[in-house]
Amino acid sequence: MNASLPLSVNDLTVAWHRKPVIWDVDLEVQPGQLVGVVGPNGAGKSTLLKAIMDLVPKASGRVEIFGQTYRQSRHRVGYVPQRESVDWDFPISVLDVVTMGLYGKIGWCMPVRRRHRDIARKALEQVGISELANRQISQLSGGQQQRTFLARALVQDADLYLMDEPFAAVDAATEKAIVEILREMRRAGKTALVIHHDLPTVPEYFDSVVLLNMRVVASGPTKDVFTRENLERTYGGRLTLLDEATEAMRRRERTL
Amino acid sequence: MSVLLILTVFTDGFQISDLKFHSSLLAVAESLTNRSITWPEWGQWKRVLLLQDYNTRVVMLGTGLLGMAAGLVGSFTLLRRRALMGDALSHATLPGVGLAFLLAPYLGLDGKSLPILLTGAALSGTLGVVAILYIRNLTRLKEDAALGIVLSVFFGAGIAILTIVQQVPSGHAAGLESFIYGKTASMIASDAQLIAVAGLLSVIIIALLFKELTLLCFDEGFAGARGYPVLVLDLLLMALVVVVTIIGLQAVGLVLMIALLVIPAAAARFWTHDLKRMMLISSGIGGVGGLAGSAMSAVFPNLPSGAMIVIVCSSLFFFSLLCGRSRGVLVRIARRWELNRSVDRQHLLRGMYELLETRESAADPAEISMPFSQLLAMRTWSSFRLSRQIERCRRHGLLVRRDDGGLSLTDAGLAEASRLVHEHRLWELYLITQADVAPGRVDQAADAIEHVLEPELIAQLEQLLAQQRTSRGVVASPHPLESSAGLSTVSADKSQSPFEKDRMP
Repeated sequence: MNASLPLSVNDLTVAWHRKPVIWDVDLEVQPGQLVGVVGPNGAGKSTLLKAIMDLVPKASGRVEIFGQTYRQSRHRVGYVPQRESVDWDFPISVLDVVTMGLYGKIGWCMPVRRRHRDIARKALEQVGISELANRQISQLSGGQQQRTFLARALVQDADLYLMDEPFAAVDAATEKAIVEILREMRRAGKTALVIHHDLPTVPEYFDSVVLLNMRVVASGPTKDVFTRENLERTYGGRLTLLDEATEAMRRRERTL
Repeated sequence: MSVLLILTVFTDGFQISDLKFHSSLLAVAESLTNRSITWPEWGQWKRVLLLQDYNTRVVMLGTGLLGMAAGLVGSFTLLRRRALMGDALSHATLPGVGLAFLLAPYLGLDGKSLPILLTGAALSGTLGVVAILYIRNLTRLKEDAALGIVLSVFFGAGIAILTIVQQVPSGHAAGLESFIYGKTASMIASDAQLIAVAGLLSVIIIALLFKELTLLCFDEGFAGARGYPVLVLDLLLMALVVVVTIIGLQAVGLVLMIALLVIPAAAARFWTHDLKRMMLISSGIGGVGGLAGSAMSAVFPNLPSGAMIVIVCSSLFFFSLLCGRSRGVLVRIARRWELNRSVDRQHLLRGMYELLETRESAADPAEISMPFSQLLAMRTWSSFRLSRQIERCRRHGLLVRRDDGGLSLTDAGLAEASRLVHEHRLWELYLITQADVAPGRVDQAADAIEHVLEPELIAQLEQLLAQQRTSRGVVASPHPLESSAGLSTVSADKSQSPFEKDRMP
């Protein structure tokens, strides 16, 4: 147990219908770092984040956040889900979405008050879309949607941020803005675990990197770990035998 | 679907009514179909409309509140995509009603009292929902199959039980079938009070948990990550649907209850993009439907009030579908029209500008006359469409008709045309330099998109492509315009393809 360590994951395994999605993941994230999670499609990157937050059941393993369980330190964790995970046609405004990050503080049954909206406006300013506060979310571009989600995480004023592909399909200006915000977070001593798809920008954006393909292929400082050899191991050799075995098991179950 | 089902049951009953087995079905059918309607006297209208009876007052208050509660709950279920769950649930209540009536006497209770019947309905409705969840989770059937199976099996069982109930000698079961189609006329004040209290309660719960339910419907994952009990909230929402459905059974009937849960919410969505407003409008539509339905039922005691409520709600729905301010069909047609008109205007002005350019003349642009035929040949537009557009631009002072029948740009027209051509070419340049579109095809490619370019994007393009400009602050065209041989040659050639000018010479 280490209360200063933002995130430590031990032996984490998550299975979906008995098919392992992530397998025996060990991970330690040091404070004040921007950590990129990189791996091919279906490597279990989103599942890792969800398992850390108890959103999917763990088959085994332990997750500690600042030395406590997720439940106990939930207020110190901010989450930016994948942009596609929600219906952007939902009838609410940008400001409404951002204030959702404060619902925990506002409390059950209590209405959103002016001071909460002020906090939300400040977060929108931070991500550079304060002029869109009252716009309906159906009218946002992809980059603006992503900034809205980021602002919703920012209002929580968390110490550890978990972000699921914040750079996916956003415009160049948004990408720059998000990087700037990440760096500002680091200056404030915060930690972020970010799922990332675009390999060339990894060394520029992240201090350390986790190469994930069902299990952790390598993790550590970007300059040591982000090597051609490690990348080949991450993207090249899928565990074909394991894949086949679990697939066979799944087929068996369907016929039972 | 269920309406069809019940109709087949009844027609079967009529056809083979000499058989003993079916005669009981016929009994149900007759009590359901005996709806002789006489036009009410003025006095009756007056009594209802002026709320002279205490009973009418209470019943209308009750159904109005029911409609409002259904509108509110329905908004959330619609956004959570659980709307059809309500339909299966309401159909699944029927066996509960029959069984409660049958079994109550053995428990020393009055089988005709509403709370007993509704308790039975709630139990069997909940059982139906549980059955759906089990079928979905334990087999590989999809949810729609599970819904269909539970809905029809429970409803069929309910009809069978009601038939048996009709035969029980001590039954006095007349009136039970009003749960199928709804009949407010048979309601007494205490029934309506029960509805009003339960409706009010669900309105209060929704008002209190508005924020949490919104979060649940919008972003389940985030709600879970923030520590909200997603499952409990989902169950609560389902419980609200159960409550509204149960109290709606008497007024709306189980066949049509789904209408009150879906139609007001769906109609409200046409009016606004704001959830709070949507819920207010939805509860308003539901409330009006409830009030009007029960009023009609009071005036025409044999008319099923469920049908009346649905008719009122659905007329409001069609009105919203057409006239809704934010998504109504008419609004969208008008917007499309507006866009097409502005595209035509842009085409006309740009065409005139490019003609001016091809004619390398030192003359004042305002003095140059362009014949109609030449403009017509520039694009695939009918002469009617073009003349209409010319007339519109003339009215806005962008161009003038000349004595020789040709057209000239005014100063304002020239300024607007310069801006449009400039933006068009910026976009063309962008496509050529950044997106590797062939210069010969770029005009068309740009045309498809540029009409929806926003000012911020134009500013970015300017920055990206700092270019030399010609005299009027317009970027030079990245592809040759049509042969600069002059105006006369082009105009004569009507057979020329409208896209000819886009090709490289």
